[in-house]
Amino acid sequence: MSLHHTGAGIDGQKLKSLVDSHAALPGALLPMLHAIQDEFGHVPEQAVPVIARSLNLSRAEVHGVITFYHHFRTHAPGRHVVQVCRAEACQSVGAAALEAHAKKCLGIDFHETTADGAVTLEAVYCLGNCALGPSVRVGDDVIGRVSPERFDDIIAELRAEVAA
Amino acid sequence: MSTRIYVPIDSSALSLGAGRVAKAIADEAARRGIAIELVRNGSRGAFFLEPMVEVQTPAGRMAYGPVQVKDVASLFDAGFISGGGQHGLSLGPADEIPYLKNQERLTSARIGITDPLSLDDYTAHGGYEGLKNALAMSGADVVKEVTDSGLRGRGGAAFPTGIKWNTVLGASADQKYVVCNADEGDSGTFSDRMIMEGDPYVLIEGMTIAGIAVGATQGYIYLRSEYPHAFATLKEAIRRARAAGWLGQDVRGSGKAFELEVRLGAGAYICGEETSLLESLEGKRGIVRFKPPLPALQGLFGKPTVINNVISLASVPIILARGGAWYRDYGMGRSRGTLPFQLTGNIKRGGLVEKAFGLTLNELIYDFGGGTLSGRPVRAVQVGGPLGAYVPASQFDVPLDYEEYAKRQAMIGHGGIVVFDDTVDMSRMARYAMEFCAIESCGKCTPCRIGSTRGVEVIDRIIADEQRGKNIALLQSLCDTMLNGSLCALGGMAPYPVLSALNHFPEDFGISKTEAA
Ligand SMILES: Cc1cc2nc3c(=O)[nH]c(=O)nc-3n(C[C@H](O)[C@H](O)[C@H](O)COP(=O)(O)O)c2cc1C
Ligand code: SF4
Ligand code: FES
Repeated sequence: MSLHHTGAGIDGQKLKSLVDSHAALPGALLPMLHAIQDEFGHVPEQAVPVIARSLNLSRAEVHGVITFYHHFRTHAPGRHVVQVCRAEACQSVGAAALEAHAKKCLGIDFHETTADGAVTLEAVYCLGNCALGPSVRVGDDVIGRVSPERFDDIIAELRAEVAA
Repeated sequence: MSTRIYVPIDSSALSLGAGRVAKAIADEAARRGIAIELVRNGSRGAFFLEPMVEVQTPAGRMAYGPVQVKDVASLFDAGFISGGGQHGLSLGPADEIPYLKNQERLTSARIGITDPLSLDDYTAHGGYEGLKNALAMSGADVVKEVTDSGLRGRGGAAFPTGIKWNTVLGASADQKYVVCNADEGDSGTFSDRMIMEGDPYVLIEGMTIAGIAVGATQGYIYLRSEYPHAFATLKEAIRRARAAGWLGQDVRGSGKAFELEVRLGAGAYICGEETSLLESLEGKRGIVRFKPPLPALQGLFGKPTVINNVISLASVPIILARGGAWYRDYGMGRSRGTLPFQLTGNIKRGGLVEKAFGLTLNELIYDFGGGTLSGRPVRAVQVGGPLGAYVPASQFDVPLDYEEYAKRQAMIGHGGIVVFDDTVDMSRMARYAMEFCAIESCGKCTPCRIGSTRGVEVIDRIIADEQRGKNIALLQSLCDTMLNGSLCALGGMAPYPVLSALNHFPEDFGISKTEAA
């Protein structure tokens, strides 16, 4: 997954080819949006008319689908997306405290990105790791038993990666 | 000869470092010049022992856990390669671990034992016996076998699977579909994920049997986007099954076709509701449909569609292999067979516990689970996901049976068991239930969309002690409106956790038992 920074240009050619390669699937819109977000880190505004034309939908319909689903975002995230589980099983072992800690130590709320562009913080409702909470997801990796101290270590590692 | 070592690749095992442990073992073996064959199995589901490493010995598989990278060198020193039991992390034979030994593993029989992607392993452990039998039967007979097994939907609503299939079988159409609901949104559940990561062929086989039974040639697995590892495993398993002729235009020379594809959801709890899921698969917003028409008659793209949960479908192969009557022997009352319960939250020994229906929360929480992780008393247990009731200790001896739970305004659902200790504030949990409903509402009906937001506000006022009596009455009436006026179970059942919290734990809302009644 290559994540582009805010303001980075979107390769129109690439966009078009992703749209074209998914257009023939039955129920093509979700797989298409996934492919676009996997490529660009978000679904850029300029994708909407291209998708709409390809699937014979109105722009409003495409926009409606993008905004319905929590997973799709219309703005570029930071270089790492960190999801903190807020659901019940994680709450039973301290997820609320972890959430508060995460916001405080990053200085941001959910759906926001740190000033250095390193981390976007998101809420998530269960990662299927409920026997080992509190759980956090970074990229495709789920991390279990995340104490506030552990969270700080994770963030430090991510920042080190960004700096490297 | 090289020694076979198993290190799980299950997401939960990975969440505690199983990937790093696997690498450390490979590196250490290379350093010592010891030939090993590293197998990345699923997890057996004793998560409190993960990362759990197993070594194949003539005396069986010896287990060690929980293993961290720092333990690896000492394991080699203690001779774990030959199954030595001298190490502090030695657990003895894996099969003899009481947590695992005391289960009744039918649906999850192979998870943790086999290499998830090995078709040879799968067939060597009884895989594809069910499909072979099904291919020799008429569709109606396959459906009858499933009906006779007493299998009911494991996704939540517990509708008899055979009856649903029969409707699709009876419908005539140029195209029918089998859709697997792998949205697994309930907090406190991961059995679907464990099947998909740890034994994907059992789901593929179950879907193939469903397709052949009802005459559907195309299947879709709708998988939540929170499960990237399951996505990768399923795609690869489908590729291999197709290459081996278990999927495709002519399944194993039977002349019958069944194709399968995985599709990703996009982080919407409501898309676990079957009609919302179908909308989403069609590429639309996941807005719940009115029923009728039933999806069995007009489902995906308007065609007759079997839609079942992962565990329902993964239970079908063993039913066809051993017979409906055999499966039916497990369980109690109208709850037949087994359920892979998921023991989660504040629990000392969390994990997957597959047992026949009829056991109790006491047995699960104390005999299997060993009580809370914190060591404090258990106060409340949420059973059946975010729409399930909070069960108080006085009901921990009620048998886990669909009807027994329904009698108490509770539900078993997908088998998620979330344990809370005595530090829980039940007014906060009630507030969260309303908040979650507000976040995830599809917006089609007012009681759910507006009611849940009002619910949060009213509970906030109760917590702040603003006109408490009046606001409790308001909350009760709001719940009543949601229960009776919602189109689907999101709005229609969100009141259960709220009311159970209020009724069983009124002191957390600043009132007495009599005031809550
Ligand atoms: C809000 C809501 C969420 C649901 N989420 C799921 C889910 O994640 N997985 C699932 O299998 N069923 C879920 N269901 C139940 C499905 O609507 C449906 O009953 C199920 O897919 C049928 O399969 P089964 O009979 O095999 O259980 C949900 C229902 C509702 C109302
Ligand atoms: S109850 Fe809620 S989620 Fe269900 S249809 Fe109504 S608005 Fe949508
Ligand atoms: S509730 Fe957090 S991982 Fe399931």
